[in-house]
Amino acid sequence: MAFKKFVLVCGGEGCGSDLGTNLCDAFRREIRDRGADQDTQVVRTGCFGFCRKGPVVKILPDETLYVNVKPDDAAEIVFEHVLRGRPVTRLRYDQEESRRLTRLEGSAFYHKQFRIVLRNCGYIDPESIDDYIARDGYAALEKVLFEMKPQDVIAELRESGLRGRGGAGFPTWRKWVFTKEVPSDEKYIICNADEGDPGAYMDRSTLEGDPHSVLEAMAIAGRTVGARQGYIYIRAEYPLAIKRLEIAITQAREYGLLGRDILGSGFDFDIELRLGAGAFVCGEETALIASIEGKRGMPIPRPPFPAVRGLWGKPTVINNVETLANIPVIMLRGGKWFGSIGTATSKGTKVFALTGKVVNSGLIEVPMGTTLREIIFDIGGGIKGGKKFKAAQTGGPSGGLIPAAYLDTPIDYESLGALGSIMGSGGLIVMDEDDCIVDVNKFYLEFTVDESCGKCAPCRVGGRSMFNLLTKITKGQGTDEDVDQLRIIGHALQKASLCGLGQTAPNPVLSALRHFPEEYIAHIRDKKCPASKCLDLVTYYILPEKCIGCTLCARHCPVNCISGERRKIHVIDAARCIKCGECYRVCKFEAVSRG
Amino acid sequence: MIAERQESSEGLTIRPDDSGHSNAREKTEGTGSVGTEKLTPELTDFIIRWRDKPGNLIMVLHRIQETYRYIPRAIAFQVADLLRVPLARIYGVITFYHFFRLKRPGRHLISVCMGTACYLRGAEDLIQELETLLGTGLNTVTEDGEFSVEAVRCLGCCGLAPVLTVDGQVYGRMTKEHLADILAKYGGQSLSAK
Amino acid sequence: MGRLTRDDLKKMREAKIAERHPSPSVIPAAQVVVGMSSCGVAAGAQEAFDAFAAELAANRMDHVKLQRTGCIGLCFSEPTVEVAAPGLPTVVYGRVNSEIARRIVREHLIGGQLLDDHIYDKPAADLWNAPSGERKE
Repeated sequence: MAFKKFVLVCGGEGCGSDLGTNLCDAFRREIRDRGADQDTQVVRTGCFGFCRKGPVVKILPDETLYVNVKPDDAAEIVFEHVLRGRPVTRLRYDQEESRRLTRLEGSAFYHKQFRIVLRNCGYIDPESIDDYIARDGYAALEKVLFEMKPQDVIAELRESGLRGRGGAGFPTWRKWVFTKEVPSDEKYIICNADEGDPGAYMDRSTLEGDPHSVLEAMAIAGRTVGARQGYIYIRAEYPLAIKRLEIAITQAREYGLLGRDILGSGFDFDIELRLGAGAFVCGEETALIASIEGKRGMPIPRPPFPAVRGLWGKPTVINNVETLANIPVIMLRGGKWFGSIGTATSKGTKVFALTGKVVNSGLIEVPMGTTLREIIFDIGGGIKGGKKFKAAQTGGPSGGLIPAAYLDTPIDYESLGALGSIMGSGGLIVMDEDDCIVDVNKFYLEFTVDESCGKCAPCRVGGRSMFNLLTKITKGQGTDEDVDQLRIIGHALQKASLCGLGQTAPNPVLSALRHFPEEYIAHIRDKKCPASKCLDLVTYYILPEKCIGCTLCARHCPVNCISGERRKIHVIDAARCIKCGECYRVCKFEAVSRG
Repeated sequence: MIAERQESSEGLTIRPDDSGHSNAREKTEGTGSVGTEKLTPELTDFIIRWRDKPGNLIMVLHRIQETYRYIPRAIAFQVADLLRVPLARIYGVITFYHFFRLKRPGRHLISVCMGTACYLRGAEDLIQELETLLGTGLNTVTEDGEFSVEAVRCLGCCGLAPVLTVDGQVYGRMTKEHLADILAKYGGQSLSAK
Repeated sequence: MGRLTRDDLKKMREAKIAERHPSPSVIPAAQVVVGMSSCGVAAGAQEAFDAFAAELAANRMDHVKLQRTGCIGLCFSEPTVEVAAPGLPTVVYGRVNSEIARRIVREHLIGGQLLDDHIYDKPAADLWNAPSGERKE
């Protein structure tokens, strides 16, 4: 038995399990009845994404994707496509849509994703330099060393429109020009791999999957600005990424792609690792430099910018992992090609760590200009458990909350800024109806307060004050004045803090006050937490009309505060209830309510 | 020479400052004794190799914590000596960064990820349950010295949230119900039975 | 191999590319690629990798290339494995434990059938094959 054709039927959560099973059965029946079961296999798969257009069916090896397929469509697809090789156009996914997105001429992908940064992840063995070379690895460095002058590299970068992927989105070519133009005997290239945003792992994945791409880019940067030494500042919490980088550096040195006289060009460049030690503030350039210098990672005022006076007082280019990983591709394919992807102001792709209450959490890379709806509902498969989307947070503790009304905004640096958030490094956290906005605000502020280095008063005192106000509100002791205070302190922090940590720390709260004022009002005026997350504002009670007296809740209550006899209505003693929610969770009759 | 140094440093005994901002208070052992740990020959070699490299202190501290699982006080004195930097600077660096510990953790170290994805998917419940099972809170050691629990920033395994690690081994897609079994794996039966 | 010159690098790249894209008369070898970034390993990718190695050895299938790679991006379905076999479409399997790994060897590589319930869609097309005005080939 050798199958030649395969009908892949999506059986993912998003389509509903019954629907997927029925569809699968329909295809199996149809294939059998038509006598095609000798060379065609029907396979039920995991979720394919595209849940808004689900269920989907894919025919292999043709790679044809059918969307919104119903069991009744099975006959037509089997008869027309499987037997006679004629695709059913009315159900076929319109590839024009993705072509518009990537704006890649001749593109035939139905995928919403386009991988430039992660181009080799999933293809090469990250511990093999030969694998990297086989996929054009170090070809960009070769081109830069032998065919391009430093100003050509800058011009290409400028045309590409590449902007820093670490958060603020400063044009990369400008940073390089600043450093290039300062005369100095020593200059340095630093790769910022201190991925501090909790809930983000883009850089870790890039380094674990394709470490050489970053080494190659750093050497290109070194050649362009005139630096001979590079440092990768990486979180100590990423042991596998560190190990793979160490292997990569050793291999590159062996091949003479790092070290003296690279490829016989006369250019010397080497790279060393420096480990971070868990300080979010070290994402700030000047703090990062202090940390590499072996000191407490405290920021200093800018200017002078590190591009002019950085590591050990020398001109220093600092780029993050994702920014660097783009560069070899830009050098090989040209700035024009890169600039053709994305939006008017934001070029190329962006990697996101899509997590939270989404069905298919994943590491994704999409062209700039993709909408949140496409990311969360098409790629991510929607919200877990069929719950309602509430908000998405980009930019981690420095970003803001984006409500459902803006799901169709094309994502780029400017559009996110206009919504009160930031692009950030790529954390994308999805929240559903069970998440409390005020609680999430408090979570992020607790983080920034704890991570504040304490050097400047606005951040040290202001952050703490905001956190205290939020704590008060989540306890049900908030007043309308507290909200005004939050705004005033927040704006002061944005203006007066020394570094990015303090300047962006109020973003989550300010964006929430703008997009979710009703959540604050509920906590302050009604003393209610709509998501039942803030325990001081929640009471659990039993609905007499639904309780059948099964005693299950009473048996699960850890503090024995539920009374009632078998087959009699039970009652929760609110005074002794610790609000653990066990009764709510175990009740099979929805008789336990909260609010 | 090391002994002299210790004596002279006793005068500037390091105490957490009261500014309330640094997390030094919870990190320090609070005892006056210096301890008896001696740098191993390998560590001494490592430090000497790094001695003339600029910015060496953090790399050296990483190596020490890798060996001892925390930075013992006696070792800090010896590092100060070898690197020729003031002890105060070493202490300043240790207390600034979350990664470094001044206290010996339990034999098995449980790290619960408190990154955003894990938080939203119930990491707090895991910490509470561990507290109930072990009878001790965050950043403390159980009476028998077997376990300690810490909350960490983000382990970068958000796809598996909520996540915790025991001695570096990652456990993903955790629920409260899994915890007793995991503790049992590390010899914690008696505790989980309590 | 020691330090490379520009010519060495070029030759090496060309040789590697030729190896990857053999002429149509050569049937490419089967390949099993296991996603082994931190999350993959945390979810059991090493166990899956070992199971593949053992099952391949037990069936004397030395010709199948077993390789590790970085993150394929389907974090919710870790460990993920890409399986390419002559005559069969290349597919990505998710949630591959050692049992599924052994079944993939027996049913997919030996039996020529795809497994139910474990296939996921490869999330993005390969940049390497993407159209580009600049590429000369």
